[in-house]
Amino acid sequence: MSELRLMKGNEALAEGAIRAGADAYFGYPITPQSEVIEYLMTERPEKRTGMIVLQAESEIAAINMVYGAASTGKKVMTSSSSPGISLKLEGISYLAGAELPAVIVNVVRGGPGLGTIQPSQADYFQSVKGGGHGDYKLYVLAPASVQEMSDFVEDAFDIAFKYRAPVLILSDGLIGQMMEKVMLKDQKERLTDKEIIKRYDRWAVTGKTNRKRNIITSLDLESEKMEARVHRLMKKYEQMEKEDLRFEKIECDDAEYLFVAYGSSARISQKAVQLARMKGIKAGLLRPITLFPYPKKVLFELANQVKGILSVELNAGQMVEDVRLAVEHKVPVEHFGRTGGIIHTPEEVLEALEQKIIKNGSIRHHKARASSIL
Amino acid sequence: MTEEIIIAGFGGQGVLSMGKILAYSGIMQDKEVSWMPSYGPEMRGGTANVTVILSDDRISSPYLKVYDTAIILNQQSMDKFEETVKHGGILIYDPNGISHHPTRKDIKIYQIKGTKLATEMGNKKIFNMVVLGAFLKIKPIVKHENIIKGLKKSLSERYHHLIPLNIEAITMGMNSVTPINNEQYV
Repeated sequence: MSELRLMKGNEALAEGAIRAGADAYFGYPITPQSEVIEYLMTERPEKRTGMIVLQAESEIAAINMVYGAASTGKKVMTSSSSPGISLKLEGISYLAGAELPAVIVNVVRGGPGLGTIQPSQADYFQSVKGGGHGDYKLYVLAPASVQEMSDFVEDAFDIAFKYRAPVLILSDGLIGQMMEKVMLKDQKERLTDKEIIKRYDRWAVTGKTNRKRNIITSLDLESEKMEARVHRLMKKYEQMEKEDLRFEKIECDDAEYLFVAYGSSARISQKAVQLARMKGIKAGLLRPITLFPYPKKVLFELANQVKGILSVELNAGQMVEDVRLAVEHKVPVEHFGRTGGIIHTPEEVLEALEQKIIKNGSIRHHKARASSIL
Repeated sequence: MTEEIIIAGFGGQGVLSMGKILAYSGIMQDKEVSWMPSYGPEMRGGTANVTVILSDDRISSPYLKVYDTAIILNQQSMDKFEETVKHGGILIYDPNGISHHPTRKDIKIYQIKGTKLATEMGNKKIFNMVVLGAFLKIKPIVKHENIIKGLKKSLSERYHHLIPLNIEAITMGMNSVTPINNEQYV
């Protein structure tokens, strides 16, 4: 039954996985996402639904367990935080190459290195530009509330199986640690082995009956075959862009200035929009919900309407590159963000808009354009 | 209605659980709520604080710079958060251990002797509920019945026998809060 609760983002995600009918979770604790495995261990989902929860000996072991279980057509998930995700990247690349469905969750903390345990969004590049080796992308969902932490698990599994591809839920320490009201979905039944065979027998390793054997591998030494595989992946990504792009526009209709922000920064920027409007500045917010695919077209169109754009991220400037690419220099685009685990306040965000865009943006923009013409 | 609150004190004073009970009570009254703790190194031996927002509308930022109400329970938090109360806002504090009392003239300041009252009631642990009572007297944003529901939801069942004591503490806080600079408000 659906149920209303006050939960931490990490707990809501864990409960969301059980209710989405996940078959297994393999993980290794790390702050600020340890509540995921703690919650699952306390909840004992093996008793509720038969879902397996296992603490692996390392992040690398966990991602390879995901590879193994996903090969059999099961719904599997793993989660970690930044340094742990770096360890998993080899496995994630293999999952993409072998075309396996899986859900990976990153509750981002500050970096590089061991960095800090406080919130950050500095793993944007790692998440949307590949991260691991080879020509692949992840479908990336960026939750901005505890409700979405719970809801996006099921959405992520749906996408993972639709495309037979790994999906990343990119959260951060703020969304993971805060508590909000969450309406939990009804329990979804796990698939039986028979149902899995019926649905996924054409690719999964389910025990050969009267068919050709399925081989799960990311290795193809015949170049033509390997190239065909890469082309197949690219086709999937194109289809994702066409069919599964998600974003949210807030107060954009009459906006003269635009914030672009995802996850926790989107929440903070939404308040900055309110503060701006109280001062008579017509600001709006575009929140990409998927970071790949990215709402390029929407941004391109909004650039015809607004005078300038501020990309707000808890990092030193990553997504801002994609915003610039999308708007093709039609308007000035600047970045604002705190790092090191410091969270920017709505007031700081508004001040950055005033200083970097409203006051200086157009001057810098024209200078940049003039020099590029020369 | 949107009420933005910071509760700040020492780790172990029940700051986070006070916020949680307030948030749960808000849910029982069909409000949107958010509870965002300051966690990590700050918590060890230093200050612990939590931002709680209750609203009739979708909550934007869970992280804020200024607040409608600051509930302050030690000197470090006073130093940090007195200035973050919005003009015309409210500051509630327990004078226990406070050497520099708040001085702002543009906000309403209230005292609640939570530590003293809880000790007199024979249970120092309910200190946070005395303080919560003081807040709810000044800002009656959740109904009494919803606070009881909130307590039931946020305390695990083995502590449910303590609910009457918690209610008593809340009532004590409601009856004991005193204005410092603004007699006309109570």
